Parts: sequence; C-alpha cells; structure tokens
Amino acid sequence: MSAIAEKLYRRRRLKNSIALVMASAATLFGLFWLVWILWTTLVNGIGALKPELFYQMTPPPGEDGGLANAFFGSMLMSILAILMGTPVGILAGTFLAEYARRSYLGEAIRFINDILLSAPSIVLGLFVYTLVVRPMGHFSGFAGAITLALIVLPVVVRTTDEMLKLVPSQMREAALSLGVPQWKVTVQVLYRSALPGIVTGILLALARISGETAPLLFTALNNQFWSHDLSGPLASVPVVVFQYAMSPYDTWHELAWAGAFMVTVFVLCISLIARAIIARRKVAND
Amino acid sequence: MSTDQALPASALAAHNDNTARRAESDRRADNAFRYLVTGAGLFVLLALAGAAFSMLWGGKLAFSTFGISFLTTTDWDAVGHKFGALVPIYGTLVTALIAMLIAVPVSFGIALFLTEVAPPWLRTPVASAIELLAGIPSIIYGMWGLFVFVPVMSSTVIPFLNKYLGPLPILGPLFQGPPLGIGMLTAGIVLAIMVIPFISSVMREVFLTVPTRLKESAYALGSTTWEVSWNVVLPYTRSAVIGGVFLGLGRALGETMAVTFVLGNAHHLTASLLMPGNSIAATIANEFSEADSEIYQSSLVALGFLLFIVTFVVLAIAKLMLMRLNRNEGAK
Amino acid sequence: MTNLNLAVAASLNVNAAAAGQATAAAKITARNLNFYYDGFHALKNIHMDIPEKRVTAIIGPSGCGKSTLLRIFNRIYSIYPKLEARGEVMLDGENVLDPHYPLNRLRSKVGMVFQKPVPFPMSIYDNIAYGIKHYEKLSRADMDIRVEQALRQAAIWDEAKDKLKGSALGLSGGQQQRLCIARAIALRPEVILFDEPTSALDPIATGKIEQLVEELKKDFTIAIVTHNMQQAARCSDFTAFMYLGELIEFGETETMFTRPSKQQTEDYITGRFG
Ligand SMILES: Nc1ncnc2c1ncn2[C@@H]1O[C@H](COP(=O)(O)OP(=O)(O)OP(=O)(O)O)[C@@H](O)[C@H]1O
Ligand SMILES: [Mg+2]
Repeated sequence: MSAIAEKLYRRRRLKNSIALVMASAATLFGLFWLVWILWTTLVNGIGALKPELFYQMTPPPGEDGGLANAFFGSMLMSILAILMGTPVGILAGTFLAEYARRSYLGEAIRFINDILLSAPSIVLGLFVYTLVVRPMGHFSGFAGAITLALIVLPVVVRTTDEMLKLVPSQMREAALSLGVPQWKVTVQVLYRSALPGIVTGILLALARISGETAPLLFTALNNQFWSHDLSGPLASVPVVVFQYAMSPYDTWHELAWAGAFMVTVFVLCISLIARAIIARRKVAND
Repeated sequence: MSTDQALPASALAAHNDNTARRAESDRRADNAFRYLVTGAGLFVLLALAGAAFSMLWGGKLAFSTFGISFLTTTDWDAVGHKFGALVPIYGTLVTALIAMLIAVPVSFGIALFLTEVAPPWLRTPVASAIELLAGIPSIIYGMWGLFVFVPVMSSTVIPFLNKYLGPLPILGPLFQGPPLGIGMLTAGIVLAIMVIPFISSVMREVFLTVPTRLKESAYALGSTTWEVSWNVVLPYTRSAVIGGVFLGLGRALGETMAVTFVLGNAHHLTASLLMPGNSIAATIANEFSEADSEIYQSSLVALGFLLFIVTFVVLAIAKLMLMRLNRNEGAK
Repeated sequence: MTNLNLAVAASLNVNAAAAGQATAAAKITARNLNFYYDGFHALKNIHMDIPEKRVTAIIGPSGCGKSTLLRIFNRIYSIYPKLEARGEVMLDGENVLDPHYPLNRLRSKVGMVFQKPVPFPMSIYDNIAYGIKHYEKLSRADMDIRVEQALRQAAIWDEAKDKLKGSALGLSGGQQQRLCIARAIALRPEVILFDEPTSALDPIATGKIEQLVEELKKDFTIAIVTHNMQQAARCSDFTAFMYLGELIEFGETETMFTRPSKQQTEDYITGRFG
C-alpha cells in the first residue's frame, strides 16, 4: 500500500521536475533568439556607425552616404502622426472612460479599438492609399503621416481610457461638487491626474511607429534626396533599411544595419522611459 | 479665525448673478465637449469601417473579374492579367501555423517560468526584458532572418532535415528541397521568435490574475508546482490563454516585414516547407508599388481585404476570450 | 412626542431651538424625499430640516442611507446614471431637485468634503484657487488673499504657507483633509456637507477637524455624517438617526444622547444594536 503511494509520489515529483526543467528551458530558448537578434543588430550596427550618417543623403549603389534624409523624414512623419493621432485618441479615450463607461456604444468602440490596435499595419497602409494617395495621384509624406496616425490612435485611446478609469471617482466628485462643469473637470483635473499614463501611451505609440515599414511603402514611399515637402514622397529610416537590406550591395547593407541599429536603440530607449514613468507613478501612488 | 467672512450684500448679489450667468455658458460648453468626445469615439469606428470598405471597394474589380477562382487558383500573371490568391493564402496560413506550433508551447513555458518556477527576484527583470523585446520593430527580425538565420538554415538545418525527416512517409515531402535557406519554414520560425515575447507577456499577465488563495489551497493539499499550474492555473485562465494565443495568431497572420525578407516572393504552390513561397502581406509589400495595371492593383487590394477579414475574425475571437476572464474576475 | 409624526417632531425641535437661539431657522428642508438606486429604494419618505449655522450630525448603522441623503443635498448623485431622487429639497425656499435649478449655483452654495481626502494633482495654492477661478476673475493679489483666508479658516495656513507652490499630494492625510475643507470654504458656500471626514484620520488629526467644525459653524450651516458617537455628541447641535433608509429620530444632540424618544435610537447610541 505505502509502496504504491511512494511510487505514485515519486512519479508525481518526477513529472513536476521535468515540467519545471522544460519551463526553464523554454525561457532560455526564447531569450536565446532574442539575445542573438539584439546582438547581431548591435554588432553590425555599431560597426556601421559613422558621423556621415547624420549629414549625408542616402547614396546610389556603390557610393558612400548617410541616412540624413531618412532620419529627417521619419522624424517629420512621426511628429505629425503624434500631433494628429494624440488629440483624437485622448478625446476618444475620454469618451470611453467618462461618457460611455457602461453603454453599448462605448463597449462597441472599445472592442473595435482593440482590434484596430492589433490590426496588420499593412492594411492601414492600403486604406490610406485608397483614401489619400490615389485621389492625390502621387505618394506623399502626408499620407505616410496619416497612416502612422492611425497606428497611434488606438494606442492612445486605450491608455487614456485605462488611465482615466484609474482616477478615483472621488476626484471627479470632489471637483464637480465645486460646481465646476464636467468638461473643465476632465481637462484640468482628470487629465492632470492621468497625465503620466497618457504620456506613457504616447511614448509607446511613438516607439511603435518609429519601426513601421510596411504601411509606408505605399503611402510615403521613399525619396533619395533631402525633402521637407510633405506633399511629395518622403524617405523614412525603416523603408530605406528595407530597400537597402534587400539589395545586393554591401555599402547599402552597411547603411541598413546602421539604420536598424538606430531604430532599435531609439525604440528601446523610448520604451524604457515609458516604463520609468509608470514605475514612478506607482511609487507615488503608494 | 475672525477674518471677514461675511461679504457685503451687494457683493453677494453680484456673486449670485455671476453664477447664474455662468450656468448657461457652462452648460453649452459641456454639451460642446460631449459632442467633441463622442465624435472622436465614433471616429474610431469610422476608421475601421473605412479601412474595410475602402479595401472592399478597391478589390471590387478583382473579385468581380475572377469570382471565387480568386481564392482557388494559383496563377499570378502580371502580364496576362490573371490573378489567383491561393499561393499567398496558403503561405500565410502555413507560416502562421508553423509559428504557432513553436511559439505557443514555448510561450506557455516562459509564462509558467515567470509566474511559478523562477525565484521571485528573477521574475520581474526577465519579464520586463521580454516585454521590451516584444517592442522591437519587426523589420529587425526580418533583417536578422535574412542575413544571419538564412545562412544557418541553408548550411546546417536544411541538410539535416533533408537527411533525417525527408525520407519519412507522409511528413517527408514537407522537408525535401534544396538548401536555399529562404522559404516557408524559415519564415515560420522567424515569425515564431517574433510572437514569443508577445504571447508569453499576455499569458504571464493572465496567469497573474489567478487568485493566490486558489493556488495556496492547492499547494496546501500537497500539489506540486506542475499540478497547480495544470489543474488550477490553466483551467482558471483557459479562455484568456486561448485569447492570448489568438492575439499572437492575429499578429503572425498580418506580419509583413519579418516574413517578406525570408519568404522568397515566389508564386508556386509546393508541398515542401523549404521552398520559397509567399504570404498575403509579403505579396502586397513586394508588389504594390510596381503594380502597373488596374486589375493587378485591385488584386493586391483584394488580398489586403482578405487579410483584414481573417485577422478581424481572429482578433475578435481573441478579444472575446480575453473578456471572459475579466468577467470571471468581476464576478469574484 | 413619540406619537407625532417625524416631520412634526423635527420641526418642533427646530422651533424649540429657534426659540432659544434666534438664528436657527431651517436652511435645508427635505420633504417626502425618496431615493432610488436603479430601482433599489434607499431613502424612504424623509422629512428633515437642517438648521442654519448649526452642526447637524447624521448617524446610523452602515448602509442606512446617510451618504445617500447627503449626496442629494448637492445633487452630486446625478453624475451617475440610473439614480433618482423624488420629493422636495428646499434650499432657501427653492427646490434644488427641480431640474431647472442650476447645478453650479447649487454646488457653489453647498460644498462637500469626502471621507477620503482627494487633493487635486496640483499645488496647494491651485487646489484652493481652482474653484474660485471658475466663478470669479480675481487679480493676483485678491486671489492670494482669498487663498490665505481659506487656508487660515481651515486651520492649515501655518503648515502650508511655506509650500503653497508645492504639490498638495505631499501633505499628510490630516493636512490633506483640511486642505479639502479649505477648498470647499474658499468658494464661500452657505452649507458644507461632511461625509465621515475623519474616518481615515488618526486621533490628533481628528481632533483638529472637530475643532475646525466647531469654528466653522459660526459662518456655515454644517451637516456631518459620522460613525463616531462621541464625535456626534461632541461637535453637533442636532442629531439625526437613520435606519434602513428611514429617518427614525431627529432632535437636539443633548436630548438625543440623554433621553432619546425611540428605543432603536437608544439601542444604537448605547451600542446595543443588533
Ligand atoms: N451605487 C449604488 N448602487 C446601488 N445601491 C447603492 C449604491 N450606493 C449605495 N447603495 C445602497 O444604498 C443604501 C444606502 O447606502 P449609503 O452609502 O447611503 O449608506 P451609508 O449610511 O452611507 O453607509 P456607510 O456608513 O457604510 O457609509 C445601502 O443599502 C447601499 O447598499
Ligand atoms: Mg457612507
């Protein structure tokens, strides 16, 4: 009797040990690839770093050059996208959290927003192509910025919604019981209270769009030269990286790695800052 | 404490008058703000509906020209204006399937490790690292795949597969082919690496929602860590875990840059996973800017529409599954 | 008195008080007041007078509807859907439940202090100035005076005067609560509603707030919900005892605590409540 129990017990222990080893192995396995990818990017990227990157234009094959126009194009479109996507996103998030918390419309919008959040970005690119590029007759940085704004939008909607929901209802009651109208309470008290969270959301959105490639391929396209003309094609780092990496030229490959490195570092830094803001807020709340 | 609290009567009257006047303008401003935020909320709906309709409209020509054969034929002839989407559809499904076969068990292991197995001091740093990595742009994964992983595949992995799995019955044909390195298997693996951080982060968060007392009572009965995970944590979170997997699937289906680099952009239908193939997203990314005829472009947009519908359904399922857990929690 | 209906009892008491002290007229008068939370009948036919420039304590077991009653007086409940108040609440002779009664006028007249102090995420100075700015365009100097006045009146000036520009979140719980009182006072309301203002505070901070309430009744009409019998006895002039959504007894605090007319009241006050 006890021998059987003993055997059963040992079997259970063995199964447990195997499972735990497998879980640890899975973690090592997952981290292995990620570290490898990061390492490759770092090594190749640092090797390709040079000052010319920041003041020379993207070169034709075989020549030396930099990525200045691509950096500038990316910056321009990202800023524009944030400027377009953020206000609408904050307002829509406000609608969800403050005006439609338990309504069907609110639930529907929240649902659709979450789908938009994970929808393939290439689809949004096609959307903006038919909406903007086709009627205008040519590719433009403006169209690229609209596409990126559509990616920013759901991120900001979601964080605003969640952060406003975290504001204690007593804060609303206290402000409203001063007789201050709701819009003013929302803008001046609730936004302020939710600000760190909303800023985090904007940063995460920025991190997301700075590596977006696919939807820019048929909205902003690319531009070999310096341009700040939003109504014409505009270069961006990810698109240049894509084009150069797919090419057969070594000089282009090197530039592609440099661009990839810059994008990765930028994205990681932004995400770290976003996390730091959230962490500080948590400490402050305790 | 004896500051002059009582106001002179005239000031008081003015004060009241002032508030009365304010009432009207406040009300108007409040209404305006309400319209503004409602409009912004509706804009979100509009964005998604607009995306769907614009693609349906753009793909109309392809759908009406080719009818159902758009989905069932493999021709992709830009010169002869004949387009069938079977190859990209097949490639999308197969690469996503490979990715999920690898990513789901690994992600489950990682989530388990981070919630039950690892010593507490290790959990947060590793979890944060994985979450950070989930944010790396997919183009980086694609480049790594092309420059680093493809050579490894062609020099070691594929010969190995050819030799040991190729001769197998039934499964064999999947693993026969020249050591090109690029192809559906490579794309699937790169996709898997890309969605692992994503799925494991979702799973970890889901596992963290299991009430400690549930787990503690199971531990108190002498259950092992594995038994608690399998018999308590997983049943409690089942629907949300499925939701997380579908979220990852939605990603894998729609991912463009990570696969475009390593798929090979070939419009042939082959059984072998080692041969170049295509996916919907990769086809669009590769060919859209050079689509020179109306029907060519329409076919690509129609592909985009298909992708949109499929990911919409997958993501909707994911969302519904995840919402179930929230409801459980709310009922608690 | 036990045979009379409650409204009469209440007004009799007020009248008795009025006979003694000329200023104690009713500031707020509730008549036939019923309240529903999405169908749940939380207040049943309340008749009650809140005397002017007096402190009225509202006591009763948890869930009896004290907060609900208080939250009707400034209609803060109306920010949530599906809540409904029926009946009359007269403030200076006007029915504040009338949908045409302007909300911001009501709320500028009737201030509220909550159980948990909720300073706004801004500086101490701005916390006080925030409400004022909405109603009045004051010069910088006038605003400074108003802010100082309010902080002094709420007995927090000495602690706050050196960090007016600092974040209000840096204050202690008791200080935050006095700041919230100052914020309510700054609008120069006529009535201040307190909903368990000291339940989150330590005894010393509680003592300060009680002292403050004593001071404030010179200028304001005060209604205070409390679970603390001693507090009700110490700092109120009138006491209302509620039970299961009904007003059981209303009277002068001294009478209520020494010779309550209802058995339920006596049981509750002496702690023999089931
Ligand atoms: N938002 C709400 N929805 C539904 N019912 C509610 C809501 N708020 C309160 N109630 C119910 O109304 C009744 C009165 O609640 P109220 O908060 O006024 O009690 P209270 O006397 O203030 O209690 P406490 O001393 O615990 O603060 C209770 O039975 C409560 O369950
Ligand atoms: Mg209460």
